Amino acid sequence: MATMLKYEDRDLKVVGTRPIRPDGVDKVTGRARYGADINLPGHLYGRVLRSPHAHARLISIDCSAALALPGVKAVVTRDDFPEMPVEYAAAGELIVNFRDVTRNMMAREKVFYDGHPVAAVAATSDAVARKAVRLIEVVYAPLPHVIDVVEAMREDAPLLHEDQITAGVEPPPETPSNVAKRVRFAKGDVAAGFAQADLVIEREFDTKPVHQGYIEPQASIASYTEDGQVELWTATQGHFVIRAQCAKLLRMDISKIRVTPTELGGGFGGKNNVYLEPLAIMLSRKSNRPVKMVMSREDVFRATGPTSGAHTRIRIGCTRDGRITAAEAQLDFQAGAFAGSSVPMASMCVFTRYDIDNVEVVGNDVTVNRPKVAAYRAPGAPIAVFGVESILDEMAREFDIDPIEIRLRNAAKEGTKTYYGPVLGPIGYEATLEKARSHPHMKAPLGPNQGRGIATGFWFNIGNETTASLNVNEDGTATLMMGTVDVAGGSRAAMAMMVAEELGVAAEKVRVLVGDTSSLGFNFVTAGSRGTFASGMASVIAARQAIDKLRERAARIWEVPVDGVLWEGGHARPASSNVGEFEPMSIGDIARVAGKTGGPIAGHAEINAQGAGPGFGTHIVDVEVDTRTGLVKVIRYTVVQDTGKAIHPAYVEGQFQGGAVQGIGWALNEEYIYDKDGRLQNPGFLDYRVPVASDVPFIDTEIVEVPNPNHPYGVRGIGEVPIIPPMAAISNAIHDAVGIRLREQPMSPPKVLEALRAREAGL
Amino acid sequence: MRYEAPETLEVATALLAGAGGGARVLAGGTDLLIQMRGDIVAPDLVVDIKNIAEMRVLAEEGGHYRLGAAVTGMEVMEHAGFNAAWPGVVDGVRLIGSIQVRGRATVGGNLCNASPAADSVPALIAAGAVACIAGPGGRREAPVEEIATGPGATSLAEGEIVVSFLFPERAPRSGDCYLRFTPRTEMDIAVVGAGVCLALDGSGVCTAARVALGAVAARALVVEDAARALIGSRLEAAALERLSAAARAACRPIDDKRGTIAFRTEVAGVLAERAALVAAERAERG
Amino acid sequence: MARHHVTTRINGDEIDFLCETDQTLLSVLRDELTMTGTKEGCGTGDCGACSVMVEGRLVCSCLMLGVEVRGKSVDTIEGMADGETLHPLQRKFLEHAALQCGICTPGLLIAARALLAVNPDPTESEIRYWIAGNLCRCTGYHKIVEAVRDAAAEMRGV
Repeated sequence: MATMLKYEDRDLKVVGTRPIRPDGVDKVTGRARYGADINLPGHLYGRVLRSPHAHARLISIDCSAALALPGVKAVVTRDDFPEMPVEYAAAGELIVNFRDVTRNMMAREKVFYDGHPVAAVAATSDAVARKAVRLIEVVYAPLPHVIDVVEAMREDAPLLHEDQITAGVEPPPETPSNVAKRVRFAKGDVAAGFAQADLVIEREFDTKPVHQGYIEPQASIASYTEDGQVELWTATQGHFVIRAQCAKLLRMDISKIRVTPTELGGGFGGKNNVYLEPLAIMLSRKSNRPVKMVMSREDVFRATGPTSGAHTRIRIGCTRDGRITAAEAQLDFQAGAFAGSSVPMASMCVFTRYDIDNVEVVGNDVTVNRPKVAAYRAPGAPIAVFGVESILDEMAREFDIDPIEIRLRNAAKEGTKTYYGPVLGPIGYEATLEKARSHPHMKAPLGPNQGRGIATGFWFNIGNETTASLNVNEDGTATLMMGTVDVAGGSRAAMAMMVAEELGVAAEKVRVLVGDTSSLGFNFVTAGSRGTFASGMASVIAARQAIDKLRERAARIWEVPVDGVLWEGGHARPASSNVGEFEPMSIGDIARVAGKTGGPIAGHAEINAQGAGPGFGTHIVDVEVDTRTGLVKVIRYTVVQDTGKAIHPAYVEGQFQGGAVQGIGWALNEEYIYDKDGRLQNPGFLDYRVPVASDVPFIDTEIVEVPNPNHPYGVRGIGEVPIIPPMAAISNAIHDAVGIRLREQPMSPPKVLEALRAREAGL
Repeated sequence: MRYEAPETLEVATALLAGAGGGARVLAGGTDLLIQMRGDIVAPDLVVDIKNIAEMRVLAEEGGHYRLGAAVTGMEVMEHAGFNAAWPGVVDGVRLIGSIQVRGRATVGGNLCNASPAADSVPALIAAGAVACIAGPGGRREAPVEEIATGPGATSLAEGEIVVSFLFPERAPRSGDCYLRFTPRTEMDIAVVGAGVCLALDGSGVCTAARVALGAVAARALVVEDAARALIGSRLEAAALERLSAAARAACRPIDDKRGTIAFRTEVAGVLAERAALVAAERAERG
Repeated sequence: MARHHVTTRINGDEIDFLCETDQTLLSVLRDELTMTGTKEGCGTGDCGACSVMVEGRLVCSCLMLGVEVRGKSVDTIEGMADGETLHPLQRKFLEHAALQCGICTPGLLIAARALLAVNPDPTESEIRYWIAGNLCRCTGYHKIVEAVRDAAAEMRGV
């Protein structure tokens, strides 16, 4: 993209403004069609039978009574899906193994968690399907189970996968264990680094799995035709990846499957994976009818991706003046039933906010009898960063250094070499810290039992395969087909704005649609905060290609060389008076006569977007603690984050606010609660407590703009960073308020009260 | 499944009695529909009692309020007279679910669903409300605390319906309050609930009190020792400490996903104190 | 048991439908009448995505039987705009970027309209407590509260 004009040198008309989002009216009138809103003529209703056991051998499945029920048209079990060999593929920010994907979608030898699918039914009504599911007779041989990560790593722990040898350890262990994989990242000499320290603090932290909590349950509708073609509508963040996985799991050609992403009712990383899609396709194939499947909220909690629960041990050494000399971490992450947690990414980002010479990080990916984890907004980072930011707060207090100052003294900056490899380019970490330091929030008075905490976050952000297709319509308006799902953040608005800026038209003149898998080349999942970055880059390339064609057409009409035509302010203009005297031609003028000058005008981009800009943020939070009940109330909150350029600032603020509130929920009340038999006790929004409106204050936002030089409009990804700091920031604020240091999430009232009592007792 | 929406109690009780245990009363439905969806209950007959006029009344009768069991939470909250008379009962009603849920949920349903954590129940008990019951055998009355006997279980005989609640005459210089503890501000189930109703004399001495706790036992508890701690006091620190201790001593909670035994017990004392102080403030204000 | 024949009034139009006894109003709207603007997020009254008005009262349509609306009036998101003119709340939600994925938006708009009908000048706190029954996982509620406040001001003619 080196040839692109720098946006900083241009007078921007659209980028940076706040137009109405193009999908907005449909969403405020009920027209927008989400997964469960799609119906096909004569469709059947599908339901899944799920394991009530945390761990059991699957002895037999008898579907005869269900099949005999009037209205039941098909049943599928493990026998309907082929065995899959070990084969890895990227799906969002996590790596999947097809041997496991097929087993997670439908149990084979064993069930590994409460909620694991065992069979699925298609029937003429939902009521019949539900009844049929209850008629399926399954014989299980229950096995001992393990859901805690520390227990799962013990030698005598119940083993989920009898053939699982820890990867990443040399020489490989001789016996299987629940540790699927070990990753290690190191730099310098940590022993020497700790020896230089005036203070070394080592602490352990525990976090529970939390769920993405999207309000739209997973929903899919599939139609399999007699000639083996599939049409699938599904609520997903990545329809191309869903297509690829369905083709693999069902042994079909990719070209035979067409996937249309529906409007997405929230994903946050949790809708990167197949759950219902292959089941709906197979039920449709067996019944010769379209099949619609919608998860209940209970299904969503029991069987779709929470993020990992974890046990972490963090050790940091620093000098008296607050310089970090060494840092060490062991991160033990629950993967759920199958390998593949976010621990590799957590390991890479745990210390990356700081420029530290001596680092060692070990991450363990541990299988336990819980649903297979899925990505959740900056997967793993909030868990890993919790401990680091908590210890830094302790160190700052120990040496009486301002908590922002201690971070500034160690802050990563342009040129910092990370311990996992890359050297950081231009970044805005220090800028967010400085902005936070001067924010009025930092000087606001605090009352009794109130305290203030700060914490920071970093996320890599990614690019990847991306395509876009722009058609200039006959009247000079434009239609952009993009291939990354608009996962809610307003990427259709952002695309329209960037394309409009290029073309020199109003944003409303650019209609943006998300194309199905047949209308564009492959696009990776909308994950890793890549939507506005990567699709933005592709859309701008497509627009510039279209502009080159518009210039060519003008040159042809004026009978001048194409170099003699400029594109400026939505018009073709003579580049200089030497070219000749011509009235500028608008995009509409040229488009209207395109048929006579060479045919329709379009632009395309098929890229692997490179150069995503890392994101950094600093959060400030005030809390008030009820010392008699342990209740923590968040009373003020400020998010400062580097966005690169904010294309649509209102939706940038929305990402900051939404991420912070998810982080508040994570910090204070959200958790998966299991009974002793490994059954989930809170699979609903009543007892899985996401924040409600009255739980949170206004979330102030400060946008810092340090441009990403690799993007035509300086864009960095922004969606993930805002969920990283809240847990640590709130823990630090609680300490500031009442002097207790909480190292276990959620920081729920019973834990706060217990810590207060322990402190009173001098423990 | 059959659906009936009778207009008289006679027909309703006959329908319920005739169904041999296979019938469920449909009031607001905010508990019943969830239980039906979760396959926890599968009734042959639901009897919608919202068309029975007597159950929909909220009015003062000679100094006593009568609250129909099928009056919704929102209707209770919007009734100015009742709010003035029984603010503590309204505290409890206000905490049942969301605005949406209260648009349907009824006080009778909140009681008869027999959840130990029902928010209106400790407040009703503290207020000394009496449940007026109709059944195939005629009518009877029972104190509210005698209706629920354990989680999901009531003392109502087959075919019996709670028709309304009759409140005592409001004593001068008396006030009531209900507080609950939940991790979230709204949309939660009480981890602990405490209802206090008390009366003061001209010098601020407590002359009568009732204290009830929710979510700390298999059903809402009347805590007489806690009431005794208040009576004769001016709610000074020592009295509040006795109240708190009595409340804690009465707790027989369980450990579950919503709270631990230790936490519930501790917080029951705190809430009883805080509810007593608000009730006293309301009593002073008159 | 035969299905129930129910006549009702939805967004001002007389509508009749057939439903099973245990079919919720939400299922009737979405599955029988294909009015999919009303969403299901939980089915247990905990998220508010299915909020509608019945006889002028804000309710969760997942917690009501279809048979219970016989002879009653029901108002859904599909009836909120007046022809081509968006309701001020709808417009303010757009102007304030008060929606992201939008799955909670119909329920929130119905709830907010119900609030302004009884309280034309709500405080921030009153708005937050009123909409506490409507979960939104995307926005953190900030812009929703602002949009409701701004719509209220406009509707009061301020």
